[in-house]
Amino acid sequence: MEQLTQFSGSELARLIGGLIGVIALVSVNALFLIWMERKVAAHMQLRPGPMEVGPHGAIQTVADAVKLLGKELITPEEVDRPIYLLAPIVVFLPVLLCFLVIPFSQSLIIRDMNVGILLILAFSTLTVLAILMGGWASNNKYAVFGAFRSVAQNIAYEIPLLLTVMSVILMVGSFRLTDIVAAQGRYWYIFVQPLAFILYIVCATAETNRTPFDLPEAESELVAGFHTEYSGMRFALFFLAEYTNIFIVSAVAAVLFLGGWRGPILPGIFWFLIKVYALIFLIMWFRWTFPRVRFDQLITFAWKILIPLAFANLLITALVLKL
Amino acid sequence: MMTYFKEILVGFWSLLAGMAVTIRYFVKPIVTVQYPREKLVMSPSYRGYPQFIIDPESHTHKCIACEMCSRICPSQLIAVEGVKFPGAKQKIATRYVHEHYYCSLCGLCVEVCPTTALEYSKEYRLAGFRREVAVIDHLILLQKRQRAVGLPATPIPTEAEIAAAVAAEAAAKEAREKEAAAKAKAPKPAEGPEQGKPKEAPPEEVKE
Repeated sequence: MEQLTQFSGSELARLIGGLIGVIALVSVNALFLIWMERKVAAHMQLRPGPMEVGPHGAIQTVADAVKLLGKELITPEEVDRPIYLLAPIVVFLPVLLCFLVIPFSQSLIIRDMNVGILLILAFSTLTVLAILMGGWASNNKYAVFGAFRSVAQNIAYEIPLLLTVMSVILMVGSFRLTDIVAAQGRYWYIFVQPLAFILYIVCATAETNRTPFDLPEAESELVAGFHTEYSGMRFALFFLAEYTNIFIVSAVAAVLFLGGWRGPILPGIFWFLIKVYALIFLIMWFRWTFPRVRFDQLITFAWKILIPLAFANLLITALVLKL
Repeated sequence: MMTYFKEILVGFWSLLAGMAVTIRYFVKPIVTVQYPREKLVMSPSYRGYPQFIIDPESHTHKCIACEMCSRICPSQLIAVEGVKFPGAKQKIATRYVHEHYYCSLCGLCVEVCPTTALEYSKEYRLAGFRREVAVIDHLILLQKRQRAVGLPATPIPTEAEIAAAVAAEAAAKEAREKEAAAKAKAPKPAEGPEQGKPKEAPPEEVKE
């Protein structure tokens, strides 16, 4: 008994509990986001969206998930087998790791690391590797096109993303996410760093391969992009990782610019989730408003507009802080 | 340098304008009609299959089984049967079947009807699992529509009733025939040359 109480208070128990919670959150979040995406898309086109399964189609995605689980896992003959099989796992694991440091409320955080934001940025970069693995190993021209595009795009948009994050870090003086939230006690950083917020949202949209930057999976040109050859649960893992990535970039944006779990009356966790889902709605709103950019436009936009603006913003922030 | 910033600002403004358009559509009411559960209101000029008009005075149909519709129909898909009940002035339809799967919706039946007994239906959902579903028995349809608006349903005459009516009609005819024959016989001695006329009449009445 003594051992049990000791165990439940220990770091290991916190990690195990956190892991279970995160896996549950990831699955439920993905199911909810797919439903939300379809509803948002439908209402912007004056349609009702899924209506048949459950009230207002609420459990439609559960039915879809069950269907996907029952599908055959097809492995084409010419694929690079070990890499092909590894890619869906590599795309999913870093996504789970990112949740380690996200502060859902004052106390609801698995591990409060002093390099929190760096850990998220470092691990979310691994997604590119997984996409490249999947696209290359598929031995399919559309898949490899999608993978190459993804690499070029993610490298280009990582730079302004890091620069905008850096301007917030400069103001706080800490990589720890709880410190960043604590520093926004008086005002949210969106009011002092509006340009950084806009740049961050644009880069985050590109990093998560969302429209208008969805060239890696441009369905009108590349069938499905890098996951063309994947079926069943392997495809579902890519899908799950994509929607979880949207959650993560929105959570980071909420922490950096919208004061994290801070808010009146409601407990912190609710405020945090409200902010995150509002940002996700914004990203979905982008998708159903803007058409896909051309590839030269994509790269020009990153190098000629986003990066100079992010640098200027960083410079001005540094100057203002010094004065 | 100025054009660079101007371009960015103008571009950003155009993005916001686009987002304003989509959010306006997002809050608009949806236009989808949930097909099997919801029904559209058709325009007054919509021409569906023909159906009986429910007469506002008698609360029933006005079909006198003249078979004009059946004759003019280019696809010959209307079958009408009627009988004259004892005491009635006109014949009345006892069966009116419309094989809608042959119908080209030309509307000639509606236009030709001497008593304006037919109208165009507003029904547009005609999907069915079997071909027989498209065969419309107008008397049954009329009963359904009468019940739907709370009127007493017009009874469909049974075989026995029809047979009785036919028999009664035949008996009445025979009686009339006899009367006519008696009349013809009576003045016979007086007017010899006109003898051929009453003889002509019986075959005509048999045909009827």
